[in-house]
Amino acid sequence: MLWTRKDLLDLQSLSVEEITAVLDTARAFRAVGERTIKKVPALRGKTVINLFIEPSTRTRISFELAAQRLSADVINFTAEASSLKKGETLKDTARNLEALNADFIIIRHSAAGAPHFLARVLNAHVVNAGDGAHEHPTQGLLDIFTMREKKGSLQGLRVTILGDILYSRVARSNIWALRKMGAHITLCGPPTLVPRIFEQMECRVTSDLEEAIADADVINLLRIQHERQRKTMFPSLAEYSSLFGINRARLAATKPDVLIMHPGPINRGVEVDSEVADGERSVILEQVTNGLAIRMAALYLVNGGQAASTETPEQAAA
Amino acid sequence: MPTRSHKNRVVMDSRAIDLAVRRVARAIASRAEGHARVVLVGIQTGGVWLARHLAQHLERLWSAPVPVGQLDISMHRDDLDQRLAPQVHPTAIGFDVTGKTVILVDDVLFSGRTIRAAMDALTDLGRPRRIQLAVLIDRGHRELPIEADFVGKRIATGPTDRVDVRLADTLAASQVVLEKAVRR
Repeated sequence: MLWTRKDLLDLQSLSVEEITAVLDTARAFRAVGERTIKKVPALRGKTVINLFIEPSTRTRISFELAAQRLSADVINFTAEASSLKKGETLKDTARNLEALNADFIIIRHSAAGAPHFLARVLNAHVVNAGDGAHEHPTQGLLDIFTMREKKGSLQGLRVTILGDILYSRVARSNIWALRKMGAHITLCGPPTLVPRIFEQMECRVTSDLEEAIADADVINLLRIQHERQRKTMFPSLAEYSSLFGINRARLAATKPDVLIMHPGPINRGVEVDSEVADGERSVILEQVTNGLAIRMAALYLVNGGQAASTETPEQAAA
Repeated sequence: MPTRSHKNRVVMDSRAIDLAVRRVARAIASRAEGHARVVLVGIQTGGVWLARHLAQHLERLWSAPVPVGQLDISMHRDDLDQRLAPQVHPTAIGFDVTGKTVILVDDVLFSGRTIRAAMDALTDLGRPRRIQLAVLIDRGHRELPIEADFVGKRIATGPTDRVDVRLADTLAASQVVLEKAVRR
């Protein structure tokens, strides 16, 4: 097995082999979810703590269910209920959790790099569930997993990421993973949200929607994050929708087998019309199902990480 | 740690493997009350090849199709926090195991821990009428109270020896090699 890491912190540092290992493992875990008994004992007796310093419902629930399906015990810990409000540092909070013998800490934090910091100071396995505008590795993995399942291969795939790129950790994780896997990436949106600096990440950058989606195999729509924008980056949601929203007419000018993806939650009528979001090319709900499998795979793989030094060749072969 | 090298010896050639598989198939056929409820489940990865070959012989003996599935036991292992995560192979069992005589098939029976995990994995999929175990090689050194119902060949091994079952698509290229651990 190619996975030796204690933590899953970002996709930037993963190799093609490591990414492939997660995707292949996730495929087996997705099959578990289709059974009558949707649970396996891989993490029996382990404690997983969801440390969500920034609000989240779907990612937290997905991680919670993933941990439960691996037979781990899960505690949810949110910023509102924590001593962080009382001035406790992140390090102290995490050390307290580790003193409770937590084996895994899944962290979402508004500060980029917070998961990396925890991974350095803790023995527990750390999984990044989104850090600022930096990365959201499990989202990136579930996105490329969905693309690979639907299209067979990521090599040469034309992927257009549309919308709020600047503030999006989902975009960054997608870009790192897709680049490594040999896809061609186009970024599109208002110039204020898609600065040309992304060309340094080997992406094509354009504000011309028609051009961006004409030959795309995949259109990954990103949510306009009102809450993350400190100032208005475009005149109005209505204008955004009229210039960049995917509706039936725009879909008609794309490849007939294009995939419509969205990490959720959808702003219906802004990034995408209901007709398209619920239409036959949309794989938005499959992304949710696949996300669970990716998170099970991630927990399963990091659980074995760092044990490499104690493993004998006999054990490796057994 | 004393350094170890391995001295190799072929303990089964392709002909011996073929004879053993046929013998096991005949034993399964004679023991079963009827073929209607017998299914084979090969344990990933070594048991899958063997299950397919056993099924071919059983289908000839019974003149009836024998369902074959493949089972991965990685998620049910008892040593997951002491090793790197083992590669997960697909579990593909395209039939209901409930009420069936399920014959688990593996290449080598050693500690018995794989079989323990396989029984747990299998019972998550349904409630078989009974579970039996067929293996090509029984090398001893059990760590759990588990025995095989059908054995191709028993070989004496040391606990640190390796039994390398090289099963190729064509039987002619298959062999079983015992790598004796030599302390120096």
